[in-house]
Amino acid sequence: MEHVIYNQLSYPILTYTVFLPVAGALLLLFMRNATLIRLTTLIVTVAAFIISLPLLSNFDKTSYKMQFVEKHEWIPSWGINYFIGIDGISILFIFLTTLLSVLCVLVSWKAIETKAKEFHIAILILEAGMLGVFVALDFFLFYIFWEAMLIPMFLLIGVWGGQQRVYAAIKFFLYTLAGSVLMLVGIVVLYFKGGNTLDILTLSSVRYPLQLQLWLFMAFFAAFAVKVPMFPFHTWLPDAHTEAPTAGSVVLAGVLLKMGAYGFLRFSIPMFPDATRFFMKPILILSVVGIIYGALVCLAQKDLKRLIAYSSVSHMGFVTLGIFAMNSQGVEGGILQMLNHGVITGALFLMIGIIYERTHTRQISDYGGFAGLTPWYAGFFMILTFASIGLPGMNGFIGEFLILFGAFKAQKVMGVLAATGVILGAGYMLWLYQRVFFEKTNPDWTSGHHHVRDLNLREVITLVPLIALIFWIGFYPDVCLSYMHSSVEHLIENMNTSAYAGKDGLLARHIMESF
Amino acid sequence: MLKYTLIPLLPLLSFIINILLGRNVIKDKAHWIAVPAVFGSFILAVGAFMDVRAGNVININIYEWIVSGNFHVSVGFLIDQLTAIMLIVVTSISTLIFIYSIGYMHGDGGYYRFFSYLSLFVFSMLVLVMANNFLLLYFGWEAVGLCSYFLIGFWFHKKSAADAGKKAFIVNRFGDFGFGLGVILVFLTYGSLEYVEVFRNANSVMGQTINIFGSDVSLITLICLLLFCGAVGKSAQMPLHVWLPDAMEGPTPVSALIHAATMVTAGVFMVARCNPLFSLSHTAMNTVAIVGGVTAIFAASIGLVQNDIKRVIAYSTVSQLGYMFLALGVGAYSAGVFHLYTHAYFKALLFLGSGSVIHALSNEQNMQKMGGLKKYMPVTYTVFILATLSITGVPGFAGFFSKDEILWRAYSSGELGKFLWLLATVAALMTAFYSWRLIFMTFHGKFRGTHEQEHHLHESPKVITVPLMALAVGAVAAGWVGIPPLLMEHGDKIGEFLGPVLGHPHGEGTHAEELMVMGASIFVALAGWYLAYVMYVKKPYLPGELGSKFLPVYGLLYNKYWIDELYSKAFVQPVLKLSDKVILGFVDKGIIEGIVNGVPNLIGAFGSSLRKIQTGLLSNYGLVMAAGAIAIIGYMIFMG
Repeated sequence: MEHVIYNQLSYPILTYTVFLPVAGALLLLFMRNATLIRLTTLIVTVAAFIISLPLLSNFDKTSYKMQFVEKHEWIPSWGINYFIGIDGISILFIFLTTLLSVLCVLVSWKAIETKAKEFHIAILILEAGMLGVFVALDFFLFYIFWEAMLIPMFLLIGVWGGQQRVYAAIKFFLYTLAGSVLMLVGIVVLYFKGGNTLDILTLSSVRYPLQLQLWLFMAFFAAFAVKVPMFPFHTWLPDAHTEAPTAGSVVLAGVLLKMGAYGFLRFSIPMFPDATRFFMKPILILSVVGIIYGALVCLAQKDLKRLIAYSSVSHMGFVTLGIFAMNSQGVEGGILQMLNHGVITGALFLMIGIIYERTHTRQISDYGGFAGLTPWYAGFFMILTFASIGLPGMNGFIGEFLILFGAFKAQKVMGVLAATGVILGAGYMLWLYQRVFFEKTNPDWTSGHHHVRDLNLREVITLVPLIALIFWIGFYPDVCLSYMHSSVEHLIENMNTSAYAGKDGLLARHIMESF
Repeated sequence: MLKYTLIPLLPLLSFIINILLGRNVIKDKAHWIAVPAVFGSFILAVGAFMDVRAGNVININIYEWIVSGNFHVSVGFLIDQLTAIMLIVVTSISTLIFIYSIGYMHGDGGYYRFFSYLSLFVFSMLVLVMANNFLLLYFGWEAVGLCSYFLIGFWFHKKSAADAGKKAFIVNRFGDFGFGLGVILVFLTYGSLEYVEVFRNANSVMGQTINIFGSDVSLITLICLLLFCGAVGKSAQMPLHVWLPDAMEGPTPVSALIHAATMVTAGVFMVARCNPLFSLSHTAMNTVAIVGGVTAIFAASIGLVQNDIKRVIAYSTVSQLGYMFLALGVGAYSAGVFHLYTHAYFKALLFLGSGSVIHALSNEQNMQKMGGLKKYMPVTYTVFILATLSITGVPGFAGFFSKDEILWRAYSSGELGKFLWLLATVAALMTAFYSWRLIFMTFHGKFRGTHEQEHHLHESPKVITVPLMALAVGAVAAGWVGIPPLLMEHGDKIGEFLGPVLGHPHGEGTHAEELMVMGASIFVALAGWYLAYVMYVKKPYLPGELGSKFLPVYGLLYNKYWIDELYSKAFVQPVLKLSDKVILGFVDKGIIEGIVNGVPNLIGAFGSSLRKIQTGLLSNYGLVMAAGAIAIIGYMIFMG
């Protein structure tokens, strides 16, 4: 029986989707006119989005197998292949990436004045790198994409960022690199222990000795925990988010943060199921700490963008909590919440970028009364606020509820503690909303050339797709959940066929003996 | 099916149209969309009520909402006797308040916004009462909370309004924290969230326990108490009552509809809905009864000395909600729902009446600056009197029947019941006192406001007084469907109607005792009136004298037992300080960042090349990672 389903379409759809942005970037090299560059980038990202849509309609939801697979020999002497495909876990992130890339171009239309060409090339390369990470089924290919997206992101922050951009960029780079290096070591070890191959699916089917699992799990954990980011590996995030240009923040929150959780799902859990079981409880604890800690820090923030950045720590805590609850509801909720966070926080960063273009300040105390000044803007922000808080009828609720359900089922205390994050979440978001939109208007914004305008058409078009997704998923989550069922069941089944399933004591004893 | 799904969908449609087009197109015609929509819902609700009376219980699933693993829940409606009554209450009062708002909100800059939010609220409330499962109930539950937040903070330029909205939402989140966990636990216990499924198997968990934080708790008790947490928040019971008085920052129609007649009774509805579960747990039932009884007297005592007309009524609402929970807690579910239904009319009337007064005085809410209004506002005065006769429990009026039913059921339910009956009777005395005090301070005596105000004093326009008169009919007559069998055979129609859902209470007591309870309740109603009459009409110097004589007591009541101050000092300030000084300042910037940035500096200090800070960062980060890994392994060894 084949373990994968080869691409059933008449053209290599994944290759097209991933490399179209690269082709677009090459095209930009020959252009001078900034408007032409913007337009070309927009067309390329829209094209990539449209090309990626048949993936959704042609995906076989009943199968957990990799689909739309393309496999070609690349470096045969090392057993390296050009091997790509997607399953129920990665498919939605392809869609999220291509969608957010379009919106990033739109929101940068006026904001990026300097080095427009380089900026748009970076955006396109970044898009290709992110897509590549989600489709790669060969470790060599995966690592190339993983590192490739680091560079444009580093440049986005370092070149087009705020005042502290260089510090933030270097911090981001070093943190991520440090994790990546450990992962590289892990990959090399896997290559030798798993039968001289870099085929991710083959390597996933091997049961590694207990001790090796533990070491490899920790090596990969280093890379992924930084990316998520999990407490206490999170301090690069507020700086990077805050200093990055709007498009950078959107991509960071929307897609880059998902790489870590995706890594857990794609590598750590299938390859090291016993180590996962062993580390489950501490990771759940770290997740809960992250949820509460992130929320508390948000209460103390005075900077709009930093507050949203820290809220990611809290939200991503929910994601890892769900994933490591290791039941269908937890994992599916976790994956859905990754998507939701991309949509909601992505949109929140778009919103902050939009208002920053008008006011040039991120200090919350400079705002106030904007609900009267910019009612449409306030309305959109209100929707995002409540989506972030997890109000039923919006996507955030479905994710949070499934995660809390899964967590409570797995570890009651964790579920209960995590649920306090729901109270704190309402606290910091509503307080933020009040300070920005309610009470007295700062007179600076109502007079003269500072007069703040409401949303224009381009901005509304940028936001509407995300708002639509918020309600669509909120009322009909099946639109996302149905893609995951098979793959998640398979993932959990794989965990449960381990010899240590339900035998934590035995596992602990064997681990002690193995050292 | 459509005729039932349209009941909530019409107001939703009104919301969508008004919020999208209101600002630029519809503007001050927003009520042309909203009023027909809610009236349409009312007509359909009456139809649904008729269907239920004819013996049909409607239970339909519309589509599967969430499916994940073995978890599944649908969007679906259940219309049984309980829901039918709620539908009538919600849609009839909404319609009247919508009409009233045309006059009350006339000329407000946010006119379309007001009708948008109000429509969204009606949609949410209807989903809440029509849901056939716990998660859809939760949807409605949160959505009404959202609308409440919008409408309390409707005049958002005022800091106090914005604060109050936020406070309402966050305090409710504390209750919902428990409620949400309760819903999860219901599914894990019964494998379904549908009422019918859950209640059919309710018995199956008797005697089971669950281990929480190391101790064994009865599963059914835990489920009920968690669900009840939600009710305590939403229905403003102690200790989560603090948001409701502040919610009076919202426009008065909002106070009437959301914070008196409908939303705040959602907790009562929910507990009544879950009666098959609550009836299985003595502990939970007693908790409900005690919380209700204590809240009833506690809130009434605060109401005695407040001077803001809306706040008096707000505390009255908290207190009356307490009565309802008291009824539920002693197993008299239909009495609780009966009081919910009569209260909706007379309390909405009190609020709208006070709105009429506030409107006439150009937004004055302090009763000390009112007085003598009865000759200027005869209609408002008359309906106010009717509502007061009703709430104080004067025989024949709606409130008498429902309150008497509660008092009797409490009295006849046992030892605890007798004690709670005593509390409730004292609370009834206070109710009569503060209600008549409000009337005397507002409508009797001399006008104490400014000349400017006096010059403009007038009765409100028809669009305001007609809904008042309609509600007055309810405040007088709504109780006639629940006349105790003692006075009239087959008089308790509402109890019989609700019987299939809520069962029949069983207490012990003789006719003589029942008459005694009734007599006591009539006596306190008159005594309260007399006390208020003496203090505020006969000898108006008395309140001041008493106030200064018993200053500590007066201060305690006037300052609402200092509970807001306590919460602020004990919870809010510490959490803010913790997050700023400890978490952000010390842990995040000090420890974590200190390790990441500081170690290279330390190396620098030891004489290595300062130029290598960046590579130092990298290697030191590895060090931190290793330390973290060691800490985790250490934890596992000790905990494993």
